[in-house]
Amino acid sequence: MSNFTKEDIQYYANFARIDMPDAEAEKYATRLDTLLEFSDRLKELDTTDVEPMTHPLAIVNVLREDTPEDILNRDEMLKSVEDHEDGLIKVPNILD
Amino acid sequence: MNFETIVGLEVHVELKTDTKIFSPAPAHFGAAPNMNIHPTDLAYPGTLPTMNKQAIDFGMKASMALNCDVARVMNFDRKHYFYPDNPKAYQVSQDDRPVGANGWIEIEVDGYKKKIRIERVHLEEDAGKLTHSDNGYSLVDLNRQGTPLIEIVTEADIRTPNEAYAFLEKLKAIIQYTGVSDVRMEEGSLRCDANISLRPYGQDEFGTKTELKNLNSFNFVRRGIANEVERQEKLLLSGEKIVQQTRRYDEATGQTVLMRIKGSANDYRFINDPDLPEIVIDEDWIERVRAEIPELPDARKNRYVSELDLPAYDAHVLTLTKEMSDFFDETVKAGADAKLASNWLMGGVSEYLNAEGKELKETPITPAGLASLVKLISDGTISSKIAKKVFKELAENGGDAAVIVKEKGLVQISDEGTLRKVISEILDANEQSIEDYKNGKDRAVGFLVGQVMKATKGQANPPLVNKLLLEEISKR
Amino acid sequence: MVVNKTASELQSLLHSRELSVKELTEATLQTIEEKDKTIQAFLTVTGPEALAAAEQLDNLPDDKRGSLFGMPIGIKDNIITKGIKTTCASKMLENFVPVYEGTATERVKDSGMVVVGKLNMDEFAMGSTTEHSAFQITRNPWNLDRVPGGSSGGSAAAVAAGEVLFSLGSDTGGSVRQPAAFCGVVGMKPTYGRVSRSGLVAFGSSLDQIGPITTTVEDNAMLLSAIAGADYRDASASEKPVPDFRNSLTGDIKGLKIAVPARYLGEGVDPEVREAVKKAIGVLESLGAHVDEVDLHYSRYAAPTYYVISSAEASSNLARFDGIRYGYHPADAKNLNEIYLRSRSEGFGEEVRKRVLYGTYALSAGHHEDLYERAQKVRTLIAQDFQNVFKEYDVIVGPTSATNAYKLGETIKDPLTLYANDLLTTPVNLAGIPAISVPCGFADGLPVGLQIIGNHFEEAMLYKVAHAYEQATEFHRQTPPAGKGN
Repeated sequence: MSNFTKEDIQYYANFARIDMPDAEAEKYATRLDTLLEFSDRLKELDTTDVEPMTHPLAIVNVLREDTPEDILNRDEMLKSVEDHEDGLIKVPNILD
Repeated sequence: MNFETIVGLEVHVELKTDTKIFSPAPAHFGAAPNMNIHPTDLAYPGTLPTMNKQAIDFGMKASMALNCDVARVMNFDRKHYFYPDNPKAYQVSQDDRPVGANGWIEIEVDGYKKKIRIERVHLEEDAGKLTHSDNGYSLVDLNRQGTPLIEIVTEADIRTPNEAYAFLEKLKAIIQYTGVSDVRMEEGSLRCDANISLRPYGQDEFGTKTELKNLNSFNFVRRGIANEVERQEKLLLSGEKIVQQTRRYDEATGQTVLMRIKGSANDYRFINDPDLPEIVIDEDWIERVRAEIPELPDARKNRYVSELDLPAYDAHVLTLTKEMSDFFDETVKAGADAKLASNWLMGGVSEYLNAEGKELKETPITPAGLASLVKLISDGTISSKIAKKVFKELAENGGDAAVIVKEKGLVQISDEGTLRKVISEILDANEQSIEDYKNGKDRAVGFLVGQVMKATKGQANPPLVNKLLLEEISKR
Repeated sequence: MVVNKTASELQSLLHSRELSVKELTEATLQTIEEKDKTIQAFLTVTGPEALAAAEQLDNLPDDKRGSLFGMPIGIKDNIITKGIKTTCASKMLENFVPVYEGTATERVKDSGMVVVGKLNMDEFAMGSTTEHSAFQITRNPWNLDRVPGGSSGGSAAAVAAGEVLFSLGSDTGGSVRQPAAFCGVVGMKPTYGRVSRSGLVAFGSSLDQIGPITTTVEDNAMLLSAIAGADYRDASASEKPVPDFRNSLTGDIKGLKIAVPARYLGEGVDPEVREAVKKAIGVLESLGAHVDEVDLHYSRYAAPTYYVISSAEASSNLARFDGIRYGYHPADAKNLNEIYLRSRSEGFGEEVRKRVLYGTYALSAGHHEDLYERAQKVRTLIAQDFQNVFKEYDVIVGPTSATNAYKLGETIKDPLTLYANDLLTTPVNLAGIPAISVPCGFADGLPVGLQIIGNHFEEAMLYKVAHAYEQATEFHRQTPPAGKGN
């Protein structure tokens, strides 16, 4: 019995903008099941008073001065853009 | 049934740094499209954010000026959503540890004073600019992507459209005084959304709220809220329910209209950004930033009333912008009478600026110049009529009023001998008027005074002319 | 033939000008052309650019020659190279040519090295066989039917086959050390923050590190000295001064305190691998080190912790690939949503999509606390475990991988093996500490790696131990059949 329905998978896939036809969704449901069973092991531990680790090094206040640097050339930038107009990146404005 | 209006505001203010918050690309307004960009702004693979110290300082400064507690430890979080103006598909913002929290500002509106609480002030990066066209495409300009912003979120303390207006006016003044932003709504450096709900008087729970966007001036904020309140009231009175939604204020019709929701429901999936180390703020840092905050509008207002004896109204108007208030302070420091200087700034100077569509700094008028003018009025050297002429000269070419008066020979004539001589000549030429006066026609004196002023090119001291004229007539 | 010489031999030939950088580069390119037909380690060979760079280097006066002057190097294809295609072995970036430079590559060039190409990998570094490359299958030089390991499989195979003496890989959960072990070469995963991540295409930002892969410990130490250190482009890079790591290669490890976690040689570890590692520990003891067994209790939770955190960060980091500003753009997309969905579904391979999906799930409302935050807390416990051991011991030693190199196409199904593998490498990334893999023998004719783990910024200690071991054994002198000279 899977933890995930195909609709569940499609719901999360949509946040990640990954196309998820029904057949695919069923395949991914099984895969995610395996990962989830795996992570269930973490529930054995009592983590109530443990601080979460977000950064592996305890360094703080890494700040830079407010001076312009390394400006990107627009023409160079536009080379990798599929569609552009007057220096602007062009995208369809209809969502779906 | 009567309803109480409940409004909370979310105000975005762009910070006036030289570079972006997480990249060293220039951050100024008005550059050609996609010229102020850095590889990080394009979200190129392998690029990383770096933190602009000035942006952090500015966030702290604004928080302090808004009476917030400044965070001792804070971090940046990623807020995820896909959109073409959001290149990383996450916006770097602050979720649970904002730079400022628990602040307030005091407003004065419709004759009462009130504190509006500020829930939080957080730092974040702005998105790029998306221009929609009719041909099915949108154009993306990433110049604005990464510009530092603070978002100021109020508690739901606002009860009337006027309070919202007064809050924004005050907020704008405070932020502008701190120098961290230009706070220009027309350039997008101040943006405001409003959360609006109604509840029956006496009820504790809030009603369902709607979010109102596209409020492009303080007046539109006021009108938009009023209109939305009206809409909700009608619905509630006819027994319908308010649906939580995002609405847009339509400037043309003055109505709020439902906005099409982009994409489906979202889940921002916040994570503490691993690329950006925590920020720990100590007492020294706080004190250094605090020391850079100038005297704020309320403090100035109080000083103007208590030390300079200005009416509260004058003090309020003069302190709306730092530019005007600084100018006033300098003028007084240069020796001008405070009330006269205030009259001139609120009167002649403001009229001139409005007519010309200019700001003070765009004119050659200096505090010393205005002070010299005010001093000449105070000591009777020039009449207020002449003063207007002198001001015009000051406004157009700058300079010192005393010099202008001297060069143009505009000094007021208060010498009795000189004036009696002129008056005699005028009386000689207008015997009919003397006759009329003696027959009880008081208006004749006005005519004679006018003649004297004309003969002296307006330089005669008017009260003195009046007095001497009556003396001379009685002699005849 | 120059390609069979060691780096220091080549350096002295270059120094005396008996050999030019151009000649060395030409010879290297020729070797790559011949050997890579079977090994398939390179995705891009940058012949013209390399020769142009070589000529420039030949014209440099002696005092301008960097510490690794003239040395050819291959770069894993998830490390940005300005003007050279950087694909992450993904269809998503198949034609992506960066217009900016990454710090590691910049420093490699500043030290006088010649970049000769970009190396194959698992797509976006997600995998441990290099079979998840969208473009080609790289072979293990020791046995062409075996995988080179991954994700830095191309980087390890190219060095093992003698195509280059130096390469850069990246290590998020073992991706430098495991392929180094599989291919019988030296691979270092430095302390988190030791090498700038600027230019490294992010997979798990709080785990990723660039690391050198070489044939000898000395070469490895030299390359790390060249690329490590503070960087204004990476706020997470440490300001700690970088020593010349060669200075620590004294051979003297008398009195060194070594901890061997019981789990590292337990269930799931191949008996031959276990034997090889035990022998290696014996060698270290014979050199004067003191060895104790210890318990790393929380390491058994490392694998699930690692999958949650790395997938969550990956789902965030890979969101930028949306087909708009660069990368795979679907033909004839009718609307914005179609661009998003098709670029990400057609551009990413299955493994990448799976991890992005899992990461998205782990961060979504309702699971954020129970999965993601819980994993971050367990990560704290795992890191504390190591700190407790390092209070008493200088290094921790064990195998790098539970088995030798897998067969191509083979899916490891034995959960114990999978579990043992993840247990050996991922805790190091979770704790942010450094670890090195050095060849320590053979299992069924395939190389076995000895993993040496140290405390934060103790790379010098790791090099010292690895070097002492290397000098006391002959394993590093063995070359694979496919690596034999021509």
